[in-house]
Amino acid sequence: MLKLKDVSAFYGYIHALKNISIEVKEGTIVTLLGANGAGKTSTLKTISGMLKPKKGTIEFQGRDISKKRPEDIVSLGIVQSPEGRQVFPELTVLENLKVGAYTRKDKNIKNTLIKIYDYFPILKERKNQMAGTLSGGEQQMLAIGRALMAKPKLLLLDEPSLGLAPLIVNNIFKIIEEIKKEGTTILLVEQNAYKALAIADYAYILETGKVVLQGNAKELKSDSKVKSAYLGG
Amino acid sequence: MNMFFQSIMAGLETGSLYALAALGLVLIFRTSDVINFAQGEMAMFSAFIAFKLFDGMKLPYPLAFLGAIVFAILFGFIVERVFIRPASKASLVSKMIITLGLIMIVGGLANALFGIDSHYFRKAIVADNMNIKGVVIQPNAIFIIAITFFIMAGLFYMINKTKMGIAIRATAQDENTAKMMGIPVSKVYSMSWIIATILGAIAGILIAPTTNVSTAMMGEVHLKSFIAAVLGGFGSFYGPVVGGLIIGVLDNLVGMYISLTWKTVIVYGLLILTLIIKPTGIFGKTHRKKV
Repeated sequence: MLKLKDVSAFYGYIHALKNISIEVKEGTIVTLLGANGAGKTSTLKTISGMLKPKKGTIEFQGRDISKKRPEDIVSLGIVQSPEGRQVFPELTVLENLKVGAYTRKDKNIKNTLIKIYDYFPILKERKNQMAGTLSGGEQQMLAIGRALMAKPKLLLLDEPSLGLAPLIVNNIFKIIEEIKKEGTTILLVEQNAYKALAIADYAYILETGKVVLQGNAKELKSDSKVKSAYLGG
Repeated sequence: MNMFFQSIMAGLETGSLYALAALGLVLIFRTSDVINFAQGEMAMFSAFIAFKLFDGMKLPYPLAFLGAIVFAILFGFIVERVFIRPASKASLVSKMIITLGLIMIVGGLANALFGIDSHYFRKAIVADNMNIKGVVIQPNAIFIIAITFFIMAGLFYMINKTKMGIAIRATAQDENTAKMMGIPVSKVYSMSWIIATILGAIAGILIAPTTNVSTAMMGEVHLKSFIAAVLGGFGSFYGPVVGGLIIGVLDNLVGMYISLTWKTVIVYGLLILTLIIKPTGIFGKTHRKKV
């Protein structure tokens, strides 16, 4: 479904991505793991068009999207739930969700909204509240819900567990699995490697802008190198 | 008491125009972070277009008015496209300097095209004054207050309820995330420049009977609209409207009851005091980010 081939990207002079090649197959959860600054978020940004790659191709369903504008990429069906949630603090919960559906022209937006309220009942309760007044966990749910409002074929999730209490993290990961079951492909960036490997089908491990290891999530979970570096023994 | 009401009416009349112009400033500032110092000059140019259509081409007043609005749409679009968008990655200071440069370009162009003379331009409504229980009211003042009210109501409906309005507010709050959600941010910028230029043009045409149409006509309105925006708070869309009305009314009341010579000093003194107490403006909010 999505294929990055030899992608290099820069922030000014900083070489953020060095010849990254990644593949995401339809219907799977693929996770990108690695420490801070390994290039996980940069990879997502090049996919969503926020960061233009210097080199390499990004293919989505057979066509090159590396030169497309972010709004066109969203229309194609790739939607990102950004790191640190980044909900619009002075829009209500409902308005935030409506922003997510901005590119949609079909009439079924209401149904999607019902489904999202199904996933996250708290959002329905707070639909008229300013998003800035939500707790961290609720904002994370809103960010994911907002991305889902676009009815993405591929959902990019950037650090959904960041700064959240363990109980809420569990809840969010359960919902990520459900979203996959409903047929959405997911590319998940996480620092919580243990959790991510538990739900992912395939994983890439990034270090300083390069893919250093990849494989089946189950195999990586028992890999001794991964264990010592990312899973705490 | 009659004088009091009359001052309030006069204050609301000019205050409405400050409010329109201030709303234009804030709209551009909130969406694209640019402070458009050339708003006054652009409004002047549009007012000249209305005047030329009316006086030169002998169009009826409503048509001349509409013609100037159509011109303002194009004008705002072109200015954003030609001067602002290419500099989208420039620093805030650079962008402000671009709009300062625009003052010279637009002002110079107006001088070259329209000359430096000052022309009388008629009021929107020419009719006899009304006398309501001793309070003399000009129909034109009512018209100005009413038209401002309708424009504001329409604009606030657009901003609060429509898809485009939500997109404008989302872009104003976080441009990058807005892009990530598929909002065509450059279209939002274009739109806000067009709306702001229209608001400026309306303020310019309606103030013309008081100031005459000349290249320097917008000086005071422009300055006061800035102060209205600062007083009400650049952070909200309602602030500048309230700020504009307050300045208009205060100006008149102080002039009437305290001192005509000192009114500017007293009004601005009060404004400075307000800002010392509430630096973000009346409707301004300080933002805190959740970790």
